[in-house]
Amino acid sequence: MTTTGILLLAILILGFLITFQIAKASEYVSVLKGEKKAFEQNNRINAFLMVVFLVLGLIGVWWCNKALYPKTLMPYPAASEHGKNIDTMLMITIAITGIVFLITQILLFWFAYKYQHSEKRQAFFYPHNNKLEVLWTTVPAIALCILVGFGLFYWFRMTGEAPADAMQVEITGKQFGWIYRYPGKDGEFGKKYYRNIDEATGNQLGLIWRDTTIIKKDRHNNPVGEAKLKADPQGFDDLVDNTAMYLVKGKAVKLIINSRDVIHDVGLSHFRLKMDAVPGTPTTMWFTPQYTTDEMKKITNNPKFEYEISCDQMCGNSHYAMRGIIKVVTPEEFILWKAKQKPAYALAFPETVATLAQPAAPVADSAASTQRHP
Amino acid sequence: MSNEALHGHPEVVTTHDVHHDEHHVHHHKETFITKYVFSQDHKMIAKQFLITGMIWAVIGGLMSVLFRLQLGYPDQTFPWLEDILGRWAKGGKISAENYYALVTMHGTVLVFFVLTGGLSGTFANFLIPLQIGARDMASPFMNMLSYWFFFGGSIVMISSLFIQTGPFSGGWTAYPPLSALGDASPGSKTGMDLWITAMAMFVVSSLLGGLNYISTVLNMRTKGMSMTRMPLTMWALFFTAVLGVLSFPVLLSGFILLLFDRHGGTSFYLSDIYIAATKTALPNEGGSAILFQHLFWFLGHPEVYIILLPAMGMASEIISINARKPIFGYMAMVGSMFAITILAFLVWAHHMFVTGLNPFLGSVFVLLTLLIAVPSAIKVFNWLTTIWKANIKFTPGMMFALGFVSLFISGGLTGIFLGNSTLDIHLHDTYFVIAHFHIVMGVSAFFGMFAGIYHWFPKMYGRFMNNTMAYIHFWVTLAGAYLIFWPMHYEGLAGMPRRYLDYTGWESFKQFAELNKFISTVAIIVFAVQLLFIFNFFYSIFKGRKLTKPNPWGATTLEWTTPIRPGHGNWPGEIPEVHRWAYDYSKDGRDFIPQTEPIGPNESHH
Ligand code: HEM
Ligand SMILES: [Cu+2]
Ligand SMILES: [Cu+2]
Repeated sequence: MTTTGILLLAILILGFLITFQIAKASEYVSVLKGEKKAFEQNNRINAFLMVVFLVLGLIGVWWCNKALYPKTLMPYPAASEHGKNIDTMLMITIAITGIVFLITQILLFWFAYKYQHSEKRQAFFYPHNNKLEVLWTTVPAIALCILVGFGLFYWFRMTGEAPADAMQVEITGKQFGWIYRYPGKDGEFGKKYYRNIDEATGNQLGLIWRDTTIIKKDRHNNPVGEAKLKADPQGFDDLVDNTAMYLVKGKAVKLIINSRDVIHDVGLSHFRLKMDAVPGTPTTMWFTPQYTTDEMKKITNNPKFEYEISCDQMCGNSHYAMRGIIKVVTPEEFILWKAKQKPAYALAFPETVATLAQPAAPVADSAASTQRHP
Repeated sequence: MSNEALHGHPEVVTTHDVHHDEHHVHHHKETFITKYVFSQDHKMIAKQFLITGMIWAVIGGLMSVLFRLQLGYPDQTFPWLEDILGRWAKGGKISAENYYALVTMHGTVLVFFVLTGGLSGTFANFLIPLQIGARDMASPFMNMLSYWFFFGGSIVMISSLFIQTGPFSGGWTAYPPLSALGDASPGSKTGMDLWITAMAMFVVSSLLGGLNYISTVLNMRTKGMSMTRMPLTMWALFFTAVLGVLSFPVLLSGFILLLFDRHGGTSFYLSDIYIAATKTALPNEGGSAILFQHLFWFLGHPEVYIILLPAMGMASEIISINARKPIFGYMAMVGSMFAITILAFLVWAHHMFVTGLNPFLGSVFVLLTLLIAVPSAIKVFNWLTTIWKANIKFTPGMMFALGFVSLFISGGLTGIFLGNSTLDIHLHDTYFVIAHFHIVMGVSAFFGMFAGIYHWFPKMYGRFMNNTMAYIHFWVTLAGAYLIFWPMHYEGLAGMPRRYLDYTGWESFKQFAELNKFISTVAIIVFAVQLLFIFNFFYSIFKGRKLTKPNPWGATTLEWTTPIRPGHGNWPGEIPEVHRWAYDYSKDGRDFIPQTEPIGPNESHH
């Protein structure tokens, strides 16, 4: 063992021995003093410590808030309209629960101190009082109704239909990264099929670019049937990208969320939103970005600010590093960015780019594409 | 340190001689094996659960110390760790794989093996027969089996730590597809099979125990012990058992379907999966990964009350005794536990607001979830009124019971944030959730358990635990728990996700590096103080101050009418008859009136 290890162990054991000796000694002392006297002394000390704990605790709460509040998201405005509602809801909830917290904790520790044992007093025999019970059933019930009311009002707003003119972006989680897809000029996503995924040929989503017959295999690799896929021309102009998701300030966006393997979660802390990415069951979420990334850099006073996408659902050993980026830009910047992007199909088959203009005859099926996962 | 110290029975021997007529003739033939190993005495089984639970708690706690080291010091290496842990800390650093294995085992062990098995197993076994006035459980044999299934499950779970591919590492909630696919994570290979096997044995243990607790409470109460005269501990343990019996089978069914998906080629939870590591598209189509979450949380939420109710019951009892005052609103306390039991089955989807759950369905679960805060509030106000105008004796049990109330308030209030889907969509799976459930379920249930141990230790071993060590244990643990978990709310409010081992690569979360160091340091201190408790426990079994009278706390309940060291069968003579409820403290100028005392002619009514 290294020296640090031995040192730590020695300190630990020493600490134990000292505590133990003190504990034993105090037991002997209490025997000498008499059980009653020892009890009274202990009781006084612990009662006193109850108020000490209360006072220090409340100071600690205040101090902790002072130190840590600036490190949360709360000093800055939420980056989406929904997020602003959520912040309001948060404040209402903090106010109501904060009051309850203060009252109950103060009563608890104060009563503990005030009603410590005394020979001179007897406890008050007070087994029940129906009026009080009714009081503290109805008051919390009312307070909670208020919270449910506000909560559901915002909830239905957030989870309602996206505005008709919202742009659509598909985001797909995989171990361990994000794939972003935009519809091309046609505004429609092309069809995809997971058995058609082939990273080697640049088809990480399994878009159906050609008429394909896929031999379905069971888990022992025996063929059990086939799937005939018809090429979907709508997929020819889809943009597929792994670097960042570009969104437009002030324009609503509807995310279509997918997963290729296990469950992930699109966590957007600055927008105050998140939604799971579930394999086989697409989910959606919409919001409107309020500030561009550059504006946020100024607001947060952090030149390195990025809208990060954190994976918020345990997805394997690199879950902690499954980071995505959203770039919120102005409409002009977005047009410029988009103009520079090449569709995934064009990247995968540079030689057929010319046919893209009239995507009439998909390239004939090749043997390779049918048997790509032996 | 003879067996006598553990269990010594000078009195017992005599009692057996005098009263062997009734129930336990077979006890004369007791050997070491039947008395300490395959015991059918509920008190012995309780101690077996307790000590196994304590071993588990140390293991689970130590795991958290290890992964807190990584969280607090992500950029440092600790070469001495490799000396102790070998491949778990290659180069003095805990790898991602091992980090996740530790976190997963920590959660599983503490939630199930300590706070369910260890807590209910100990106190339901120990207290039910003693407090309702029964010789033993309805089926002592099933009771023994319950412990041995628990033990078997423990062995299987431990063994998974030592296999080549490592233990399961996908989180204690074990969501598929991650938990179903060995190719997606090494921990999901053999480790997951062992995890499921261990959990299945654990469920069997819970069911055997739970059925026993229910039938014992319903059928074996002594004369005069009507349901409404039972101490609140009995109600709490009874409701706990009901929750377990109704919800654990659902969890087991979820696990069995998972096994089929893993090995039988079925597609209950799997659909449309492409594994990049092996470049294969899996054959499964049409399954729903979310189905598992419904099955899991249908147990998972009741589970939090399975953990919490025994602590509530014990805290109620201990507070009343040491306040020398009846518990305020006994019927309201029973009613609120009943309401919690019912509602616990109707809120599970609040863990699933962001899975793509239908928003309308989500809103129903918001309503039901916040409804459960009402009975919780009733309980808190009743505890507060119980100590109002009391005459409080700060025994270690009492202090932990008061600490329990404080923590339950703090953690319960943050549940109101998470139960509101509008806020959960922001806070879900962040450190806010970690703070919430550690305070309300982890630490506060531990406080209930500590309160119970300090309070009933004299009944278990005929000796007291050392007070000074107990007070140090209490104050450091209470302050430490708040120092560890309170600041985590702020990390959650920054959106910092849970189950990350390193935040340095994240612009949004790296500002908490200092705080994480601080938390890790406090966690290590608090862990060390728990070792002090363990030491106190075992030391006091053999060397603690001896009990001189059978009822050291001046309590009204039946367990204190047994001899200082009761034998199998509990009462040497007739089982006492009960004439009143359990809370006549400071009534009519008397300090307390035992349940066994008939109502006097001039006694006042309440
Ligand atoms: C009173 C005892 C309580 C216990 C023992 C308890 C325990 C837990 C636990 C273990 C989790 C972990 C979830 C996870 O792993 O993701 C959790 C989360 C949660 N709790 Fe509690 N809780 C309690 C009270 C409450 C109350 C009173 C509420 C609401 C009023 C509540 C609402 C929630 C919600 C909604 C979540 C899910 C949060 C999320 O996953 O983002 N809990 N609770
Ligand atoms: Cu992840
Ligand atoms: Cu729950």
